[in-house]
This record gives sequence, structure tokens and C-alpha cells, in this order.
Amino acid sequence: MEVTPKKVQAGLAVLLAALLVTPLVYKRLVRHDTTSTSDNASTALARYGFHFQESAKASGIDFIHKAPTLDVKLKHIMEQVASMGAAVSIVDFDRDGWEDIYVVNSGEGSKNALYRNLGNGMFRDVAEEVGLADVNQAGTGVSMGAVWGDYDNDGYEDVFIYKWGKPELFHNDGGKHFTRVTEEAGLPKWVNANAALWLDYDNDGKLDLFLGGYYSEELDLWHLKTTKIMPNSFEYATNGGRKYLFHNLGGGRFEEVSEKMGISSRRWTLAAVAADLRGTGYPDLFLSNDYGVSELYLNQSGKKFREAGKETGVGYAPKSGMNAAVGDILDNGRETIYVSNISEEGVLVQGNNLWVPKPGGPVDKISYENMANAMGVELGGWSFGAQFGDLNNDGYLDLYLTNGNVSLDQNRSYWYDYSKVAGGNEAIISDAANWPPLDGRSLAGFQHKHVWVNDGAGQFQEVAQMVGVSDIYDGRSVAMADFGNRGVLDVVVASQRAPLLLYRNTVAPGRHWIEFELEGRHTNRSAIGAEVRVFWNGRQQLQEVSGGSGFCAQNQRRLHFGLGSAASVDRVEIRWPGGVTQTIQSPAIDQIHKVQEPS
Amino acid sequence: MSRPPSAVGRFFSPDNRYLAPLLITTILLVSQVSFGLLESFSRTALAIATSMLFDLVLGHLMYGRYPNLASAYISGISVGILIRSPEFWPYALCAALSITSKYVLRWKGRHLWNPSNFGISAILLLAPEYVAALSVQWGNNVWPMVIVWVLGAVIVYRVRRFHITFTYVVSFVVLAALRSAITGHPLLSEVAPITGPMYQLFIFFMITDPKTTVKSKWGQCVVVFLVAVVEMILRLAQNIHAPFYALALVGPAAMAIEIWRTSKDAPKVVQTAA
Repeated sequence: MEVTPKKVQAGLAVLLAALLVTPLVYKRLVRHDTTSTSDNASTALARYGFHFQESAKASGIDFIHKAPTLDVKLKHIMEQVASMGAAVSIVDFDRDGWEDIYVVNSGEGSKNALYRNLGNGMFRDVAEEVGLADVNQAGTGVSMGAVWGDYDNDGYEDVFIYKWGKPELFHNDGGKHFTRVTEEAGLPKWVNANAALWLDYDNDGKLDLFLGGYYSEELDLWHLKTTKIMPNSFEYATNGGRKYLFHNLGGGRFEEVSEKMGISSRRWTLAAVAADLRGTGYPDLFLSNDYGVSELYLNQSGKKFREAGKETGVGYAPKSGMNAAVGDILDNGRETIYVSNISEEGVLVQGNNLWVPKPGGPVDKISYENMANAMGVELGGWSFGAQFGDLNNDGYLDLYLTNGNVSLDQNRSYWYDYSKVAGGNEAIISDAANWPPLDGRSLAGFQHKHVWVNDGAGQFQEVAQMVGVSDIYDGRSVAMADFGNRGVLDVVVASQRAPLLLYRNTVAPGRHWIEFELEGRHTNRSAIGAEVRVFWNGRQQLQEVSGGSGFCAQNQRRLHFGLGSAASVDRVEIRWPGGVTQTIQSPAIDQIHKVQEPS
Repeated sequence: MSRPPSAVGRFFSPDNRYLAPLLITTILLVSQVSFGLLESFSRTALAIATSMLFDLVLGHLMYGRYPNLASAYISGISVGILIRSPEFWPYALCAALSITSKYVLRWKGRHLWNPSNFGISAILLLAPEYVAALSVQWGNNVWPMVIVWVLGAVIVYRVRRFHITFTYVVSFVVLAALRSAITGHPLLSEVAPITGPMYQLFIFFMITDPKTTVKSKWGQCVVVFLVAVVEMILRLAQNIHAPFYALALVGPAAMAIEIWRTSKDAPKVVQTAA
């Protein structure tokens, strides 16, 4: 058959038409319905193995976050600049065996709350009684988050509160009262921080403290001398706050050693997590940075950190990092890192990152591949806090992500004006005076949250609406804990200018679990950095006690493992921070095990 | 007797079809090495490879010979730089759309749309969930931007397209002042977009494309002014991809008018029987 030019042209026209409809076909093929809600809890239980019921009020929690009001020079973009501060951390501060909730506030003069778990499903705010409420007085800045760790190894968790302002350290006096020890500890006078965590980077048995600045520490955001306070680039900014690493000297004193230890970044850090990512016995440090690339500081046997972001693959492609959480999602004994970023249809599609370690290779040559797209956890809107946890006790870690930036007028968007300056040169973007007024408009507001269920075969399924997560607040901080000692993980979410949410979890019957509460003797008493591997049914899962993860959050220190239908566990291996390993054969399931480091 | 042009002169001659590819490659490499502009090299490479492959195949199908790939290379690299997506397929699809449009959307032997402008506009419109346009700046200081501006300006001057770029830039800044007066937003926020790399690729490579601009010098200036005006209207409507859509609307319309006028004025050839 002769192919005439006309036939060729007709064929090419068909080809062009086919190419044009390809995105529409692709969308139809891959789009999952994430907006429908479950008819009832039993449907969700049958389908996904769990269901949430938001029950903060019913549990005695009536906390509403207040945002700060910064210098009047920022008035035109106030809600955008003052868009952080809602944060939650979990602790059993009085060692009564029930996990409590500490939630920070950010309005000037507002009070933080410590919700003591009464053990009967109810909570009571005791922050005033114990001296942890009134920490946002005018002139001292406002809280951005808190992390708990027993820095003096007296058996009670102390708390470090980081702020846009004066950071504070409180000593826990036997679970009854807290004493402010900031000055004795030698902490800086002012840091505008959104990230902190406890870690024992040199395994000397005393908890050290990392603190990551966001805005420059030279700025008092309430008394600005200049409006040139914004990032000097949307993706390559290097004018953020400095980082601090406080080495615990004992006796309640700390020495700042960041420079000496090789941490000198001035990126805009929004989240940090420490974990032994390479099996060296020392915690590495991962930083998620806004307006730039992430950083991975590899621990050189407690003597130095070496930044290896590019070398390991996590330091390319600058995004808007807002979360850092680790989890063994493939039950293979290796931890992946989840970083949240921004995705807005047609405007900015960064995609979240799920950094999965590549198999093989020598320990010190770890490298990562971003599998967020392949595994289905990439697009989460303006994503903030996220945590891994086995929400349905099937033996695989699921992922809870909250999101939404500024929800004001639902019908008017600030995106166009935001993108206008975001693409501008340093001289323009870094000066808040050049930013168009927000004028009551929303910026990525009213977003639906994401709960991704891990199928264990490398795919996550979005089920938030189906399992009862339907809030559209501007979510910031997520923390998980077993509040009822029932063997299920509940979820607490702190949202900006919104109520604190407590999603109580119900898991389908027949799913087993096991939990471990560790206490160090020679190593730090909080056991932060201790690793637990549970072996069952030919599988293993690794978890590590964390001194802070997610976005401005800290999960319960107790480690929770779902076991599915397994009736027993083969063994449990615990590696304490100093390297001592302990094996427990066939521990009983459906129980909380309290384990002390062997003497 | 005039002296033959020097090697430098030949290199910067309008006839050197490899000048533009060399410039855009230099910009890409410098920006990638200095601060990591790209989503990834592999995605940009995919766009370039798809673009060149489509040009080879479609060019051979249409004309029975393999085309010079300089133009396809520019289209591919433009796509690879100008769109942002965490996925791979939009890069391939956008490049394929760009090249295919060059062979299909033609009138009287000339194509109407700048290929990468068509491909990028189409993908931004059809797949906004997966694709955004490049929106970052050159690192975080002014020097990379200045170097690109100077280098780009010298080259478009040598290839006799500087008036197009100049007219557009002046129009943009004047209209930015007008937008600022209308919206009450700071002038610098309205000027900000043109300081980003997206615009530098737009003004040096896209609006100056010889194949998709009208022939007369004045006509070229009028057309880019109109592009800037339509862009302003789209910006006032808060359209984020205003420059791409403005060029996609005005460019082909101007080309169509020119082709129509040229064909109307051309002497009619009447075939007479022997």
C-alpha cells in the first residue's frame, strides 16, 4: 500500500491527538477516590483493619492553638509568616504507666498544656500545677515545640522547649513538678527554632541535644529592624538559623559543639531525626530543610559528623522539607526516611520524598533512592508532619500525614502572588516588604489529610477519609501513642489556630501486638537510640527509640509492633546505644514488656 | 575586497545553527553544577532523547530524510529545564507533544507554534496534578543571573534577534509597573518573575525562535509587545503560567495573519493547458 504524504499527515494528526489525551487517560487509570467516607466504622475495620474516632473533647482535651502576632512590619503577610507553632509530644512524665500529651501554644502570653492521662480514657491539663504552662510570656518569644529526654538519668523525663525566642530546659522533679534550669544548662539566649531532638551522639550515656534554627537567631521577630528576614532563595536559601549541638557534660551543664563536630549549616531547618541508619552503633542526623536540600550528617564514631547529603543521594533536588521520620516499612531491618514537601496542582509539584536505602554495599557507603512515587506516598498537598506506625497491627508500618498551610478565605488563593515572589531574585524574595499582601486569602488551605496503609509489598493505599480522618485544619504536628495501653496506636494532631485532635484507634479483632518500654542503665536512661528487632513468622521489624521525629513532634518512647495474626514471636533482639545486645526468646504477645538494660 | 570572517565571527554568525544549543547547554551545565537547577539529569536527558527521536522519525516520515537535530535538541532541553515533575512520563510526553506539533500544526508549509511552547502549555493545562513550571531563581545571588543575561543578550544580538528580546523586556517592566498600580502590590513583586531562569529561557530561546516569529522586524516587536500585553491580562487574572499561555495565544495568531497576508499578496500561478 502506498503511503502518501496526506496519509502521513493524517497519521501524525492522530498521533498528536493521542498524545494530548494521554494525561487524561493516565489520570483515569491511576486516580483513586480519596474523598468518599466510610459508611461506618465496621466497613473500615473489615476493609483496612482499623478505624479512628476523633475524641479530644470527649476525653477532656479542649486545647486550641493560638498563632503569634509578630512585628507590625510583617502585618501584610502575618498568617503566612506566623504559620507554625502547633506542636505535640508524648511522654509519661509521672511514670504512672500511661502516656501523657504535652502541647505547645504560640500566642503571646498563651499557655502550653500538659494533658495527664488519667488511665480511664480521660485527660486533665496539669501544666499550670507542674510549672510547664506559662512559658510564652511577652518578650521571651513563643513555643514551637518540645522534646522529652532524661538528661540527668534520674528516671524522669525532662523537657526542652524550643521557641522563636528563648529556649527553655525544665528538669522533671519526680513527676510532680518541673524546675527551670535553662541558665545553668548554658543554653543560648535566643533561637528561632523549629526542630530539636535528644540523642546520645557519642554514646557516653548522657543525652545530648540538637537544636535547628529556622529564622536567623539574630532576629527578634517582634522587634524587627529590617524586613529583610525572608529566605534569600526559594530553593537554595542559606540565610536561615544556625544549628546547635549541645554536648551533655553532666551535672545539668551542656557545651555547644556544633562547629567542632562539623555541623555548620545555615539552611532553614524544619525537622530533624536521629537514627543509626548504617548500623554503626552511633546515631546519624538527618535534617529536612525548607527552601533547600536535605542534609544527612553521618556520625563518625561519636567524634565528628560528616555531611553526606549528595553522596547518599538525599541532598539533590531542593524542595521545602518539613518533616523527618524513620521507619522500617519493608520489614527488612532497614530504616527509610520520610520527608514532606509541597505539592499544589499546577503550581508547584515537589512531591514528598521516601528515601529507601539501596540494598547492598559497605556500611559507610549507604545511599538512598526516592521511592515515594513508586510506593504511593508522594502527593500530600502542602505537607507537614508525618509519622510511621502500625495503625492496623498487621505487622507493617503505615504512614499518617497531616497538611494544609493557611486556611482563610476558602474562595480566594494567595498562590499566584506567592509564586510570583518565590521566583524572584534574592534581593526581592528576601525582603518581606516585597511580598504582596495576603489580604485574607488562603495558601494551600482546607486540605484533606492522608493515612496511607502499607500492604507490605511496596505499596501504600490512601484511606484517610475511609478510616475517619476527615479534618481539614492546617495540620502541623503528628504524634502516635498507645494511650489506653490496649496495644493500638492512637494519633494526636496539633494544627495551627485550631483544636488539638485525638484520633482514638480501634483495630479489628484477631490482630496481635507487642510493646517494649526500655530503660537504660549504663546508657542513657531514656534508652534513646536503642534498637529493637522483633522476629516472627520469618519476618523482622526494626524500630528505634527516638528523641524526637516528624515535624515538631515526639512519639511515645515505648515501641509498638503489630504482629498480624501471628500467635507468637520467635525472639526479640535489643541493641542498646553502647552496643550491648540482649535477646529475649519467645516473649509473650499482646503485652507491654518493660525491659531494663542488662547490668 | 571584504576580509573573510574570523573563526569567532563565524561562530557568532546568525548562520551558526549550533549557537543556540551551545548557549542553552552552557546555561544548563553552569546552573546545574553551581547550584543544582534540575529535578534530575535523567529527566532532562529523557526529554532531549524523546525530542530528538521524535524529530528523526517524524522528519523522515514527512520528508523522507533525517532532519538536523539542533532544533529538536533545543526543544528537548527547554522542556527538560522548564517543567518540573517528580514523575518521568511528563518529560517524555511534553517533548513528544512539542515535536509532533511542529509537524502537524502547520499552515502553508510553516508551523504555527513554537514547539516547546506548545508542548509546555499543553502539559501544564492537561496534567496540572503532575507538572508545574520552573519557578526558582538562579541560585541565591545575582551573578549567575547577570552572566546569563549578558551572554544571552550578546548572542541574540549577534543573531539579529536582540530587538525582540529588548522589546519584550521593556514591555514587561512597563506593564509590571501598570500591574503594580492596578493591584497595589510592590513593584518589585511584579518585576520579580522576570529575574528567574524561566524567563531567561523564555526571552532568549522561545520568543526569538526564527521559525515561529513573523518576518518583519517591526512586526516582531509588535508581536512580542502583544505577548506581554496578553501576559499582563493573564497575570491580572492570577494565571501562574501566563507567559507560556500568552505566547501560545499570540504567536500562532500572528503567524496565521502573516501567512494569510503573504499568500494573498503572492502572484497567482495559473496553469494553462499545453
